[in-house]
Amino acid sequence: MFYRENGQFKSTYRSDQQIFPIRQDRWFISALLLLAFVGVPLGASDYFLQAIFIPFLILALAAIGLNILVGYCGQISIGSGAFMAVGAYAAWNFGVRLDLPLVAQILMGGVFATLTGVVFGVPSLRIRGLYLAVTTLAAQFFMDWAFLRIPYFTNYSSSGNVSVPTLDVFGLPVVTPAQKYLFVLCFVAIIGLLSKNLVRGAIGRQWMAIRDMDVAAAVIGIRPVYAKLTAFAVSSFIIGVAGALWAYIHLGSWEPLAFDLNRSLQLLFIIIIGGLGSIIGSFFGAAFMVLVPVLLTNVPHWLGLDIPVDVASHIEHMVFGFLIVFFLIVEPHGLARLWSIAKEKLRIWPFPH
Amino acid sequence: MGFLLETVIGGLMSGMLYALVALGFVLIFKASGVFNFAQGAMVLIAALAMARLSGWIDAWLGGASPVLANLLAFVLAALFMWLIAVLVERLVLRHLVNQEATTLLMATIGISYFLDGIGQILFGSSVYSIDVGMPKDPVIILDTVFDGGVLVSLEDLTAAVIAAVLVAVLAFFFQYTTVGRALRAVADDHQAAQSVGIPLNRIWVVVWTVAGLVALVTGIVWGSKFGVQFTLSTAALRALPVVILGGLTSVPGAIVGGLIIGVGEKLSEVYLGPFVGGGIEIWFAYVLSLVFLLFRPQGLFGEKIIDRV
Repeated sequence: MFYRENGQFKSTYRSDQQIFPIRQDRWFISALLLLAFVGVPLGASDYFLQAIFIPFLILALAAIGLNILVGYCGQISIGSGAFMAVGAYAAWNFGVRLDLPLVAQILMGGVFATLTGVVFGVPSLRIRGLYLAVTTLAAQFFMDWAFLRIPYFTNYSSSGNVSVPTLDVFGLPVVTPAQKYLFVLCFVAIIGLLSKNLVRGAIGRQWMAIRDMDVAAAVIGIRPVYAKLTAFAVSSFIIGVAGALWAYIHLGSWEPLAFDLNRSLQLLFIIIIGGLGSIIGSFFGAAFMVLVPVLLTNVPHWLGLDIPVDVASHIEHMVFGFLIVFFLIVEPHGLARLWSIAKEKLRIWPFPH
Repeated sequence: MGFLLETVIGGLMSGMLYALVALGFVLIFKASGVFNFAQGAMVLIAALAMARLSGWIDAWLGGASPVLANLLAFVLAALFMWLIAVLVERLVLRHLVNQEATTLLMATIGISYFLDGIGQILFGSSVYSIDVGMPKDPVIILDTVFDGGVLVSLEDLTAAVIAAVLVAVLAFFFQYTTVGRALRAVADDHQAAQSVGIPLNRIWVVVWTVAGLVALVTGIVWGSKFGVQFTLSTAALRALPVVILGGLTSVPGAIVGGLIIGVGEKLSEVYLGPFVGGGIEIWFAYVLSLVFLLFRPQGLFGEKIIDRV
């Protein structure tokens, strides 16, 4: 009833190719951005900002990166945690050794993750499918090992643990949860917009052609080398930036364990549950991933049950595994598909067809 | 020279164990096209079941006969793995027929989370021990040939023999029994197999049960060596390079791959490790298989991947 495109005529190509061709969508997104930039930092408590919103945004950013590689270009990667680690440690080293400004540190983290990503992307030119998925684990284990055993990367810190000093960007402090949240949000908004445009453009179409069938794509003149390596590069850049943010903003001080295989699997879950090949799906998946553990920890508490901590963590594991399987069975295309079905229905509501 | 031989023998023996885990992967992948990430969790839950059940039964029998207790526990643990296979087929695989490989992979990761959780709730999460009477003392062989001889751990040797026997039994099972033939038929072509009347669902249960039994044996061998604890579930991660090196669809590949990775890991750790700070076993296996794959993208014995437009 309210969600109609009647009367919205497109008279130029430009207006036909907008990200959000429907006016109601544009209003909705503007309202959402307004809420995110103004409402949340004013309204949410520090706990909510720190435990939910900041991890949600950073994971969503990393998931966008992984989605470009897995969802758009079809190259399964179980090693994304490694690229987060590269981003985090590279950024930290640039901060410690060269004293670059904060934003430059984080971007340099992304650049180094890109380089690593391209190196580990080279095998994808020969190896495909599940074989490739397993070889990406090489990146994961190699990086885990490198940051643990090569003392140069942690600036010879004796415990292997590194931490960041007080953060400030162009003289503005990034200390309180609200400031941190806004800082992260800026990154997410800009990179989200850029990647949405990338996947809509020529390069995005090349990625999708490679995903659907790389031989056929090569036949019609898409260079697999170029398409696959750019996907690895862009994806690793975003994941690297997310890793730097995760380390700097969310953790503050960290060790290589923060970016182990579980992190990679978590990102993979996010994009599968959210929806492969969908930017908005990355946000849904990240929200799911952040909220479910919070709920699982709190539900027994609200119900007044008294469960020992270790049993609770096992139950959390179980429920989590169950939910993943359940979601895969109910909607293999992820939450993004549910979202688009809902939108379709809303368009013709109250009629069934 | 003696030392080199010792390292190689040690590598071959641990390679046999990798081959065992890899076999679990290959079996399931061949028969159902599922890349079973839950194999490690199955090893853990099987070992936990075995360790706790043997303890409980032993206490119930009053410690009269540890052998009987172990046997009973083995049978019960095997039944338990069968139950898991049935449930996985009924509740998960049946609903995910014809989904993409990625989705199935994610589903098995979900299963592995579930099994990790439920295993530790049912059987507890401390470190347990399995004692099936594996010999612990190392022996020295060939001391007439080399100075000081070659040190061989009898425990590893027993494990390697068990693994070799199991591999032989499975090869026999696949080659000469009716069920084995049905399994191979399903592996070749699902639709064709189904059209000649092979029940796919039952075959999947059989395959997952066999993989469960393999996991049980692996769990017992590794569990009695390192103790039964959560880290057992990472066993699967050690075996993944073996699987892709040998080829996802090849049983001999799993064995040869296991031996190559086993020896490669040990040699690299001994001769390369000291220069770069040690602990390189885990990623060296992956890099080794990656290099192999660059030359043969389908693994050593995997089916050749043919692209058609």
